[in-house]
Amino acid sequence: MTDGHRPRREVITGPRRDVRRRTRRSAVEDIDQQTRVGVVYVRALIRTQLLLGLSTVAVVVVPLAALPLLFGLVPGVRALQVGPLPLWWLLLGFLVYPAILGVGWWYIRHAERNEEQFTDLVEGR
Amino acid sequence: MNTAAVIAGMTATVVATIVLAGFSSRVARTTGDFYVAARSVPAWWNASAISGEYLSAASFLGVAGLIMVGGADAVWFPVGYAVGYVLLLALVSAPLRRSGAYTLPDFCEARLRSSAVRLAASVLVVVIGWLYVVPQLQGAGRALQTILGTPIWLGGVLVALTVLVVIVGGGMRSVTLVQGFQYWLKLVAIMVPALFLLAAWRLDGGPSALVDEVPTFRVETTVAVGTDIVVTVDDPVRVQADGTIDGVLASGEVDLPQGTHSIDSGTTITFPAGAAVPHLSTTPATTGAAWGQPLQGEQSHPMYRTYALMIALFLGTMGLPHVLVRFYTNPDGRQARRTALIVIGLVGLFYLSPSVFGMLGRVYTPELLMTGQTDAVVLLLPQALVGGTLGQALTALVCAGAAAAFLATATGLTVTVAGVLSQDVVSRWVRDPIRSFRVAAVAAVLAPLVLSLLASALPLAQAVALAFTVAAATFCPMLLLGIWWPRLTDAGAAAGLVVGGTLAVCAITASTAMPDLTGWPDALLAQPAAWAMPLALATMVGVSRATRHRLHPGVDRMMIRLHTPETARLHPAWTAKGRR
Repeated sequence: MTDGHRPRREVITGPRRDVRRRTRRSAVEDIDQQTRVGVVYVRALIRTQLLLGLSTVAVVVVPLAALPLLFGLVPGVRALQVGPLPLWWLLLGFLVYPAILGVGWWYIRHAERNEEQFTDLVEGR
Repeated sequence: MNTAAVIAGMTATVVATIVLAGFSSRVARTTGDFYVAARSVPAWWNASAISGEYLSAASFLGVAGLIMVGGADAVWFPVGYAVGYVLLLALVSAPLRRSGAYTLPDFCEARLRSSAVRLAASVLVVVIGWLYVVPQLQGAGRALQTILGTPIWLGGVLVALTVLVVIVGGGMRSVTLVQGFQYWLKLVAIMVPALFLLAAWRLDGGPSALVDEVPTFRVETTVAVGTDIVVTVDDPVRVQADGTIDGVLASGEVDLPQGTHSIDSGTTITFPAGAAVPHLSTTPATTGAAWGQPLQGEQSHPMYRTYALMIALFLGTMGLPHVLVRFYTNPDGRQARRTALIVIGLVGLFYLSPSVFGMLGRVYTPELLMTGQTDAVVLLLPQALVGGTLGQALTALVCAGAAAAFLATATGLTVTVAGVLSQDVVSRWVRDPIRSFRVAAVAAVLAPLVLSLLASALPLAQAVALAFTVAAATFCPMLLLGIWWPRLTDAGAAAGLVVGGTLAVCAITASTAMPDLTGWPDALLAQPAAWAMPLALATMVGVSRATRHRLHPGVDRMMIRLHTPETARLHPAWTAKGRR
């Protein structure tokens, strides 16, 4: 920009914030006014989160619940040892704790991803 | 013996607790501070506080004791205590925090808009709280009696007094600080001794607990009998005795023939090395090999008992009022989830150690199987296995941890019960909320103290499992349906709470009142969670469907509030505090 020339015309790039805000607000209003769409959004979120929660619980509980049956019905398993420790004690005395920590971490990642998707949806991004 | 170490360890914890509480009580001045620490606690510190509060004497002392007696089947106790948090994390934590309620009764009222359900929930909070506190107080009495020989009431009274000082001083804010500290104290106090014990055990040649014979005294052992006991001797043995055996005064060498013998309190008996340990006549002798295998117990229907215990512990955790109240101190739902995840890590880390005590206890302190004081194995093992100055230092450490365990849970539960009593009962007469809370706190300590002196005592971890059972049969279905099923009505929830609570409490009472039951009746009454919880759930669903007209019109808004992330910008009125 030098003296004597007309100021260069500025071209505005990037998203038009006013437009975006307007659409976002309208989606949020869906829920605020409990229009059908709003309730459908939240019901869908609840379903997704419930499915995720139940899957998490199943991943932990089903293997644990199988252990008494396995050890009760298949006597050969009882004799299994890992080093000085019987398999039962290794699994339930030690390994179960890092395992459930890992499953919990996995759950949080997915639960937060679901919530971010929901937020994006209702805010019209 | 190591009286000084015991007293030093326990006194240190009590003094530190009171000083910390006094320090933070200067900050706690508003009603909000008292109840939920003004919701400004970071996730990791809140998680430490939850773990500190959760790891009661049942975990610190009781789990090792139960493993020492019950072996492979008893590992379900620590596993269940930890796995419960996975269910809490995945199904309850974030929505509960987003509900914006202070306590469980508050949640009931907010979700169902019914003061009747609120009242039922309040009663249950008090029942579960006291079911949980009574064994803590009894356990404190027995622990002090076992290691110091004090009268059985003293431990409970000391715990109750300390709890009162802490709570009346500062409310939840001081409790949060104190309990975060107590988690780390308990972790160090069980893990460090466990590592030293393992090292000492290796140096000793690593004698296995899993041998194919019943426990024997490794060295000449003098057993001081603290309560009257009846024991069974399988191998005749000649002992040095001083006291009363089978009603006869004994002094000097005595032959104990095969059969059952009653031994009076105050008797000391010295067994020679290599003698088989007599066992309580109520619990059969098990070889180390059988002890290490699951489903080998003498009780009927071990498979049913295992699954019922799993149901009670997995589902009961999410219904414990003193744990849930802490989720309101998180700033938002995401932080509530993080808190629950950190708790899984902290609690799991703690539970690595009790099995070590349980296993080594069978080898080095087998006399506890004879006296029935297996809850004391954590306290006595360091001296028995390590000995010397190091043994005394470790004893002081485990005693400090045990004191923290008694105090932490009793404090947390008392705060919760006092909060409910204060809001729903005392505030009718006492206007000032802080004074009302203090009055309620006194009542919330004294009542379980009296009960603890009157009621008979079960092993710690088993007694605490009863509180989990009631929680699993009541609050668990109420929370699951309340959070995930919009059509739960107030009538459905109330009916389910009453059915589940009544069934669980009656079954437990019947089971303790009739100790001679055997077979299925015994198994079903001793472990009612497996049938009481599904019945309560079915009642809630059934009655809700029959009372559809009672659904309140705001239920959709409530569901949105429970499940919408705070980051989604909804109308501010929806997330406003106190909005119903």
